[in-house]
Amino acid sequence: MAVSYSSSLSSFAAAAFSETKASIAPASSQAVRFASISSARPFIAPLTSNSTVLRNRRASFVTPRAAAESHSSPTSFHGLCYVVGDNIDTDQIIPAEYLTLVPSNPAEYEKLGSYALIGLPASYEKRFIEPNETKTKYSIVIGGENFGCGSSREHAPVALGAAGVAAVVAQSYARIFFRNSVATGEVYPLESEVRVCEECRTGDVITIELGESRLINHTTGKEYKLQPIGDAGPVIEAGGIFAYARKTGMIPQSA
Amino acid sequence: MASSTIASPSASFIPTKELGRSAFSPASSPFSVPKCRKSISKKIVSVMAPQQSERKPAATGSVKTAMTMTEKILARASEKTHLSPGENVWVDVDILMTHDVCGPGSIGIFKKEFGQNAKVWDREKIVIIPDHYIFTNDERANRNVDILRDFCAEQNIKYFYDIQDRGNFKANPDYKGVCHIALAQEGHCRPGEVLLGTDSHTCTAGAFGQFATGIGNTDAGFVMGAGKLLLKVPPTLRFVMDGEMPDYILAKDLILQIIGEISVAGATYKSMEFVGSTVESLNMEERMTLCNMVVEAGGKNGVVPADSTTFKYLEDKTSLPYEPVYSDQQARFLSEYRFDISKLEPIVAKPHSPDNRALARECKDVKIDRVYIGSCTGGKTEDFMAAAKLFVASGYKKVKVPTFLVPATQKVWMDVYSLPVPGSGGKTCSQIFEEVGCDTPASPSCGACLGGPKDTYARMNEPKLRPLLQVCVSTTNRNFPGRMGHKEGEIYLASPYTAAASALTGYVTDPRDFLQ
Repeated sequence: MAVSYSSSLSSFAAAAFSETKASIAPASSQAVRFASISSARPFIAPLTSNSTVLRNRRASFVTPRAAAESHSSPTSFHGLCYVVGDNIDTDQIIPAEYLTLVPSNPAEYEKLGSYALIGLPASYEKRFIEPNETKTKYSIVIGGENFGCGSSREHAPVALGAAGVAAVVAQSYARIFFRNSVATGEVYPLESEVRVCEECRTGDVITIELGESRLINHTTGKEYKLQPIGDAGPVIEAGGIFAYARKTGMIPQSA
Repeated sequence: MASSTIASPSASFIPTKELGRSAFSPASSPFSVPKCRKSISKKIVSVMAPQQSERKPAATGSVKTAMTMTEKILARASEKTHLSPGENVWVDVDILMTHDVCGPGSIGIFKKEFGQNAKVWDREKIVIIPDHYIFTNDERANRNVDILRDFCAEQNIKYFYDIQDRGNFKANPDYKGVCHIALAQEGHCRPGEVLLGTDSHTCTAGAFGQFATGIGNTDAGFVMGAGKLLLKVPPTLRFVMDGEMPDYILAKDLILQIIGEISVAGATYKSMEFVGSTVESLNMEERMTLCNMVVEAGGKNGVVPADSTTFKYLEDKTSLPYEPVYSDQQARFLSEYRFDISKLEPIVAKPHSPDNRALARECKDVKIDRVYIGSCTGGKTEDFMAAAKLFVASGYKKVKVPTFLVPATQKVWMDVYSLPVPGSGGKTCSQIFEEVGCDTPASPSCGACLGGPKDTYARMNEPKLRPLLQVCVSTTNRNFPGRMGHKEGEIYLASPYTAAASALTGYVTDPRDFLQ
């Protein structure tokens, strides 16, 4: 799929990342050379409203709109939502006993997904993943405050992504979870302005218009504004921080 | 927003009518995070002065470059003369730590992204410490330690604290145990440096006056190859603790008090700086306990300024040069909280959140079925000494519930078996523990703090008799549902004094019942 960037993004990539000077010099010849990045420039170019971004990821509920013009053609997610409360910590998202599974191992990655949110207490009557299933039917998780608090385990956003979650919509996030979601590109960590977790019910049909920062609950007929995903968007779009760095010329294409 | 400057010791800020224990209001904090970061807390408690909002420094040239400790450390590591909160900078990493749970994943990413034959950026700056799932028959857990070993051999990693003989931890001369304690004991924590680790409690190292925070596998894989990471400079919350520490209070009470005050998201994306005469009176392990639970308030990192206590601790542990940094007089803090510690009472965090603060004495009717003393938070030498001291003070009463002891590292285990406990006539902690009926101190590791594989020692597993619930008083750091195993288990986070006192009664117990 073609991807075109706004003019500011491509000029930023060209100017800032010319490989004239390596800022580090690891011993091995196999090492990656990094162009130096001046202090004034942010790592991630601002996502302007004119940028064209097409998703080509795996979630079954993602329906990219046709890119008719060079102006915005935002991604949208459509699917069922699963609603949780405040302070959903990483032990509930993926209990510690499953951390022996290594996310970079493809078979174990899938297994991690099958355990996503298995740590939720019994008060959650509808389970996130049916017994005997390995993927979830809920592609959108809606939470309250401080989603993902607790451990730094990257297994948390990985388990959600592996299970089939495209996006989480929460009132606020714990910082390591947010950072890990962006770095891995596994899920979009979107922020709502109000307590959407109190207005939606598990099983409601949801559409998220990413480019417009809008969430629509088709079951209740209500709409909500989301915080724009901003700088994190292109990174997740690309498939995580390494993929983004290669795409924007920060590091050479991998061998 | 008030623009008053904080002048001299704030005796005038403590509402006089609030003095005294009875005025203390330990109602659990609301979970919701204030939208405005600079809002002033309306809650006034006897031990704490009203929260101060951001101070406005005078607008002189020198003030414009004034920085907090965290800002200075990141500035130096990114070769900038000045940084302000919110800036994204590339930071040189001094130490990268990983363990058996996140190491294999980080290594997988490193190899995938940098190449199967890639070499790490610096074989002396990566410290690999198996500690989480060690003494278990779980095959995958054991395989994960093998993965670490293969990588360390291939990369000639200088610091790999390996274990091969799981049946006898003492037979492994390199094995240490809990990573955060091992880092300190092996001299890898140095003032002014940047330490990143694939574990949320990496913030523990902030006790040494350095920037230390937890990162995920992907970030760690990146650092393995590049030796740098992009970080956003956090603003700093300052916690000023003054007053003589009562002899029934420990650092764990201090941090539980703070977390209860600001909530589990009160320090999200922020740095927590701990200063004041009480902090200065703490030894290194107590300072580590303080910084350890910064992440439980959502904090990015915690710092305690380095001083003679720090330098003395480091004397025999590292020969590498280091340069401490300190917050400028006119540095800007997001908020400042002041505490009069002399008025603090023993605190617990009730199930199921670290900010569900209550006074230990208010929970005296809570029947418990076990006590756990261990982890990076509460399994250090000082923590076991404290528990032993309480048992001595009680007159060697016998514990009424199973009391599990898991020393954090080999060194802690040795201390428990060799150091004399003051006031006991020369007995060691281990002798005292045996006399009062505790379990034998177990092999050092993270143990049941985070549950782990089902055969983990002291794990809270499915109760055999229903409807009996499991209620544990623990010196660990988190008590979310299922943290120590079974989802319905109830965990009361507490200091080693409170844990020991509770073991003696079979109920959540204020340690003053035995210490005064």
